[in-house]
Amino acid sequence: MPTSLLAVEKLSVQLTDERKLVDDVSFSMQKGEVFALVGESGSGKSLTALALMRLLPGNMKLSGRVSLAESDLLSLSEAQMRQVRGGRIGMIFQEPMTALNPLMRVGDQIAEVLQLQTALRGSAQRQRVIELMEEVGIPDASERYNWYPHQLSGGQKQRIMIAMALAGEPELLIADEPTTALDVTIQAQVLELLLSLQQKRGLTILFITHDMGLVAQLAHRVGVMYKGKLIEVLAIEQFFKSAHHPYTRRLIANALPVTEFRSPVAHSETVLSTEALTVSFAGRRKGWLLRKQPDTIAVNGIDLHVNKGETLALVGESGCGKTTLAQALLKLVPAKGRISFLNHALIGMSEREMRPLRKHLQVVFQDPYGAFNPRMTVGKLIREGMDSLNVGEPSNRDARVAELLSLVGLEPAHAGRYPHEFSGGQRQRIGIARALAVEPSLIICDEPTSALDVTVRGQILTLLDELQQRMGVSYLFITHDLSIVPRIAHRVAVMQAGNIVETGTTEEVLTSPKEAYTQRLLASAPHRYLQQRLA
Amino acid sequence: MWRSWSFIIILLWIAMALIAPLVSDLADRIQLETLLLSPFQHAPLGTDELGRPLWARLLAGAQTSAWVALMVVGISASVGTFIGMLSAYIGGWFDHVVRWIIDAFLAFPHLLLAIALAAVLGAGIGNLVLALSIVGWVGYARLARGQTLSLRNRYHVMAARSLAVPRYLILWRHVLPLLFAPLAIEMTFGIAGAVIAEAGLSFLGLGVQPPQASWGTMIREGARYILTAPHLVLVPGLTLMLVILAVNRFGDALRDKLDVRQ
Repeated sequence: MPTSLLAVEKLSVQLTDERKLVDDVSFSMQKGEVFALVGESGSGKSLTALALMRLLPGNMKLSGRVSLAESDLLSLSEAQMRQVRGGRIGMIFQEPMTALNPLMRVGDQIAEVLQLQTALRGSAQRQRVIELMEEVGIPDASERYNWYPHQLSGGQKQRIMIAMALAGEPELLIADEPTTALDVTIQAQVLELLLSLQQKRGLTILFITHDMGLVAQLAHRVGVMYKGKLIEVLAIEQFFKSAHHPYTRRLIANALPVTEFRSPVAHSETVLSTEALTVSFAGRRKGWLLRKQPDTIAVNGIDLHVNKGETLALVGESGCGKTTLAQALLKLVPAKGRISFLNHALIGMSEREMRPLRKHLQVVFQDPYGAFNPRMTVGKLIREGMDSLNVGEPSNRDARVAELLSLVGLEPAHAGRYPHEFSGGQRQRIGIARALAVEPSLIICDEPTSALDVTVRGQILTLLDELQQRMGVSYLFITHDLSIVPRIAHRVAVMQAGNIVETGTTEEVLTSPKEAYTQRLLASAPHRYLQQRLA
Repeated sequence: MWRSWSFIIILLWIAMALIAPLVSDLADRIQLETLLLSPFQHAPLGTDELGRPLWARLLAGAQTSAWVALMVVGISASVGTFIGMLSAYIGGWFDHVVRWIIDAFLAFPHLLLAIALAAVLGAGIGNLVLALSIVGWVGYARLARGQTLSLRNRYHVMAARSLAVPRYLILWRHVLPLLFAPLAIEMTFGIAGAVIAEAGLSFLGLGVQPPQASWGTMIREGARYILTAPHLVLVPGLTLMLVILAVNRFGDALRDKLDVRQ
């Protein structure tokens, strides 16, 4: 019988008004094990981790028992607990951008942990920091000791976080969505590092994630959380093949990669095409002589086209210019080159000439929280476009709002409510209804599902699909998530650093990519581990 | 917040201002036989050097200060917000000019500029409001400009633009309502600033002119009798202090309440 390192018994987190956010959670972890805690946002998985560290906000009450190798964590004094945090338990957070102190050299931030947890001082301490930095794969560690966080990339910052977590030689490492904020290729590198460290050091890791691909890649056992309760704990083989709970099965089913590809739409008229579309931002004037800095080219001479009734997926990592491209197509940022939309040249057109075309070109944004004026009711938000673009008879518009709401799966009675009364997925439905209200020919969807949980994401993709079949609307679907591309797209364009590097049908690009960059993207996507597990 | 002492004092101040017209006869009637009486001898708060009851003068002063604060904050907030929003939304050379003017105004000490303006425009309550508004709009313009700059790149504004909503409606419907919270806080502090500036200018003789009552003029007149009748200075001085303190406290509470991070 292997020794149990961490035992959690009936752990509950309550708000002062008695609402339970974490409800009677019990599980145990063996030494050297990777235990994945999965669930959707709001399921209580991050709170469980914070509760183990006793880092809960002041308005929350904690009860139950947590023992870490014989010591009862919940009965320790605050001073003893400080020795546990960063010492016996290390933690990696989701946001490496905000988890580091921007005004402190990264080496000193790691040294601070050594100062608190070990007897190392002076040059021995510095040497140990450099060793740790080398261990997590920071090149030129002795040089980068003196760098500040802003000089490092996101992936390197996360590596520094990992080095900090390891500095106290922890018995348990808690990793809370450590790669969610990173691009897929970087994400793959950071995961590989975690995996190799785990094997080399025999680390015990509590891994919190919502990504089934990561679970498949890393975990030995899985605990599923749903509405504050731990509903199931399974070994990894059973988890993917014979989970009992219907919620677990739904979670896995939604994460399943689609293996059937859509055939491209039979040749139809082109709705939108661009030629040598370029967007550049003027360099700022800097310094005493106000010397002009070089312009930043965000979109560099792009040619693409979208046909009627078709979905073109535009795939790329953050910062590749895909959102800027979308804004240029909507004429929200100035651009050069040619955009032809329904046989009108958009570039050079005044806002007045553009007006009648706006009706045909709509957009759904990524962030379902920022996309709406918080002080307007949903009915008014959906109606606004109809009023300003004069779509339909004014007397029919309220009826049309009700119709649209039921079309996207909401209650017509919700028209009088405000956006904040809805969940993220519901808001995204409102966004779709707002775009559909003016009966567009093309909807630009800018990462419409990346802020949503997997099950909700599946629902939104299905909705978009149904609407396309019913109305023949075309989509330009911008995403960084390759796993959803086969579910929605007929064709794919891959974008890197302002250029389109590869285009083709979804099947061509995903099964036999020609460009090295596309191959790298595909190799990094965690859902390929999922396929292996399920095979 | 609505039950705090600061809010009660603000309500009392407004009530005093509203009652004041009913006792204006009393506040201006000179009765030399009762001059410089200490509190409770003839009137609850005593009388001033012309025998007028101090409580009536205090009420009249409340009316002056409330009226000036309302006008100054109303004018400078609406003008400043309008210019700031427009400047941020239009951008280009217009924004450059506005920013330059705002910076120029901010480089001067506010009260000093108001004193200079009041001296040029001449004394009187109308000119006082004008002088304080000319100085005051800058703060609102700067705030509105900054907020609009960040709001205009929000997705909901972009969505409105792609729905071809006209520019004036975007500003009116999608930007202005979201400026309300920071502006409301700024306006509360603006009220405190206007009350103290009015009292200060009147104390210097540049604001409200006798016989019209103002807490500033009351302190100025009373200062001459500070050894024989200290209540002439103490009563308006303490009232002024309480009102300013209450308004500032209320502004702090409002800021905490409207702060989304809390």
